[in-house]
Amino acid sequence: MVRLNVNGQVREIEADPGTPLLWALREQLGLTGTKYGCGVAQCGACTVHIDGAAVRACVMPLASVKEEQKIVTIEGLANGKPHPVQKAWVDLDVPQCGFCQSGMIMAAAALLKENPNPTDEDIRSEITNICRCGTYNRVLAGIKKAAVEGGAG
Amino acid sequence: MNKLFSQAPSPSRRGFLAGVAAVAGGASFGFHIPFADAAEPAFPDEVNAWVVVKPDDTVVIRIARSEMGQGTLTGLAQMVAEELECDWSKVTTEYPTPGENLKRKRVWGAMATGGSRGIRESHQYVREGGAAAREMLIAAAAKGWGVKPSECKAENSVITHAASGRSTTYGKVAAEAAKMEPPKEIRLKDPKDWGVIGKSLLRLDTKPKTDGSQVYGMDLSFPNMLNAAIKDCPVHGGTLKSVNSADAEKEPGVRGVVRVGDSGVAVVADTFWQAKLAADLLEIEWDPGKNGEVSSASLAEWLKEGLDAKEAFVGNKNGDAAKALGSAARVVEATYSYPLQNHACMEPMNATAIWTEDRCEVWTPTQNGEGALAATIAASGHDASKCDVHKVHLGGGFGRRGATHDWVTQVVEIAKKFPGRHVKLIWTREEDMIHGRFHPITQCRMRAALNDKGELTGMHMRISGQSIVAAIVPGRLAEDGKDPFVFQGLMASGKEFEIGYTIPNLLIDHAMRNPHLTPGFWRGVNTNPNAIYLECFMDELAHATGQDPLAFRLKLMENHPKHRAVLQAVADKIGWDKPAPKGIYRGLAQVMGFGAYVAGAAEVSVTDGELKVHRIVAATDPGYAVNPQQIEAQVEGSFVYGLSAALYGEMTVEKGRVVEENFNTYRVMKLAEMPKVESILMPSGGFWGGVGEPTIAVAAPAVLNAVFAATGKRVRNIPLKNTDLKQA
Repeated sequence: MVRLNVNGQVREIEADPGTPLLWALREQLGLTGTKYGCGVAQCGACTVHIDGAAVRACVMPLASVKEEQKIVTIEGLANGKPHPVQKAWVDLDVPQCGFCQSGMIMAAAALLKENPNPTDEDIRSEITNICRCGTYNRVLAGIKKAAVEGGAG
Repeated sequence: MNKLFSQAPSPSRRGFLAGVAAVAGGASFGFHIPFADAAEPAFPDEVNAWVVVKPDDTVVIRIARSEMGQGTLTGLAQMVAEELECDWSKVTTEYPTPGENLKRKRVWGAMATGGSRGIRESHQYVREGGAAAREMLIAAAAKGWGVKPSECKAENSVITHAASGRSTTYGKVAAEAAKMEPPKEIRLKDPKDWGVIGKSLLRLDTKPKTDGSQVYGMDLSFPNMLNAAIKDCPVHGGTLKSVNSADAEKEPGVRGVVRVGDSGVAVVADTFWQAKLAADLLEIEWDPGKNGEVSSASLAEWLKEGLDAKEAFVGNKNGDAAKALGSAARVVEATYSYPLQNHACMEPMNATAIWTEDRCEVWTPTQNGEGALAATIAASGHDASKCDVHKVHLGGGFGRRGATHDWVTQVVEIAKKFPGRHVKLIWTREEDMIHGRFHPITQCRMRAALNDKGELTGMHMRISGQSIVAAIVPGRLAEDGKDPFVFQGLMASGKEFEIGYTIPNLLIDHAMRNPHLTPGFWRGVNTNPNAIYLECFMDELAHATGQDPLAFRLKLMENHPKHRAVLQAVADKIGWDKPAPKGIYRGLAQVMGFGAYVAGAAEVSVTDGELKVHRIVAATDPGYAVNPQQIEAQVEGSFVYGLSAALYGEMTVEKGRVVEENFNTYRVMKLAEMPKVESILMPSGGFWGGVGEPTIAVAAPAVLNAVFAATGKRVRNIPLKNTDLKQA
């Protein structure tokens, strides 16, 4: 039995402590917005926040997540109203297939929390998620737009 | 909404729960019984096959093609809505199932979504579907009022009879409209009167992709569902010799280890993670068959032999190239190569199946629902009437999820071992990479005859290598065995892939060499290598004869005004006639692909051997442009896909199998490398060209030509990462 604080709720999970957080979120908690893309922390589709920082959940075993640490997934990012990054994504039609976008949005939101007014260069160096459809320029524009509109959320 | 339809199936949907409950109770599949009863109309709430209007005026537009990010769902809905005269803010969409399409004599036409065909091949009948529904809605309102339909008008989902001042909404008359005779004649709007087509409307499917609620195939869940992980012989065509599953079977959650076909073995468990861990414990001995010693080097040798082979299929010919080359003042020759590459969709292949003695159903992200259905039928042992496929939103397709449905065959074979239970099969990224349907591998020898004025007097282009069609759809080969698709972008004429130059004494031919590594249609397909071969070689000829690469091309393009117009447009916008900023170098390319004319121009710098692409200008003439902002998104994305391939994309082969298994060895472009893209959309009207693919093909040659300008190094072997760009 593992206890996790996910999107503001304490959840009890029946899973081996070696199970990656990604699969516990998806299979035990039914939070499928967080995606599996590579399993080796390369693509970022599994990005979630742990205590506000972007983490690649596919290589994070449950055993290394403490009960008091606050996990936020894409499903819990909106706080009553859409997060400014989510709003910018909708306004600019950022996603194409959308499969990478949960991770992309979580990475963008974490970046803005750290750095509310990132330069293009900051964004280019900090956002390392893979998008095969090639939405990168709209991702960049979306982060800039969210920053203007209070991106720290 | 009819519960049979579900664009994004999820267990929360009433229809699916009903079906699942029926299965769990051992009964038949409740949610498909209606088709067995011919007396009941299957679709009581539709106006026609394309349009359902609900009492609250919600308009549901049926989409036959698959949405995989390219925006076709929104574009096709715009086409229907244009003629329907409905309130766009109330439009939603749904996918009919392939099984329904078959039952209704393919009322929705082809479902295959590839070759950038979604809009360009269905524009006529989807607009007619919208127009017919509009006429039926008007007729229903007119009947209710006792007036002539011709006196009524429809706009924004409201029907008005001006003479009597009456009005009603689509939702109020939809049920009556369904009973009206479809109009015998349909007149579509003149393009100049379009108000929805041509507008940069926002996509219909964005919001769920920003809050985690979009359901992809991988996300499906059903009560009591099992999960499967598979290992298939890494040498394509090889078989499973033996497997020791003792350790795997002891793992928690494991419900069984099953052989899949003659080449695979799957672990079925309560969760995917359990299945995956157990699968890693399988002790497998593969029989690679006769291809166990094939390597990248042996493939290269084989293809090289094809460059000089006597026998080759002729794709484009005029005059006498051999004679022109024999009598030329000067011959320029260069050999190029293009490797195997992986689609690497973000969402690995997956499907969920349930099989009973009576029925088999599959849920899967597919570019071709009917192809997935065919695979389901074949693997299930049932006839077509007992099978169906539910299409799920795709996490990328790029051609991988269209022509072959190997993962569907697998999941059905696994589900047969667990009758009455849903089984979800997910490929690991490693399985997905190993079992790619790769971009075909080719080499090409270009030989040009030049006269003493530096004019091109003849050319022989010999392509040697793999044919996608021969490997996976051999029925589409020409009678003599030729694969006409090999010549995409090089054809003498036609509405899709016409070469942009008039070259005297031209011969373009193909020596087919088919390695065992299965190829597939890979976004852009054969225009990708062909545009590199032709457009980089054109650049070589210009430099070899001391001519400007743009001017050299334009002289050969007099008879190709649309090719010429897009090339000229990018040259003008990038400032070709003015010097580039210091340290910046430029390159150009053009191609016609999938019915559209496209060109690209690049600005790059190379510092200490490090390439940086600063700026791209792209031009597209698709004839008609349905949603300009989405075309722009496709053009931008094409540079990511095309440049990922050109700079890094390579599946190497050792002992008959591919080496790269994940993104740590199969590098793709990230945001840090993304150049600014300026997109010129110049629809000239009168034809329908695709936009999802053609621009891929100009990305590489435009950048490679700029790299030559920057370094003097001609990169002829893709990917560029294998060439050291440092100055000697």
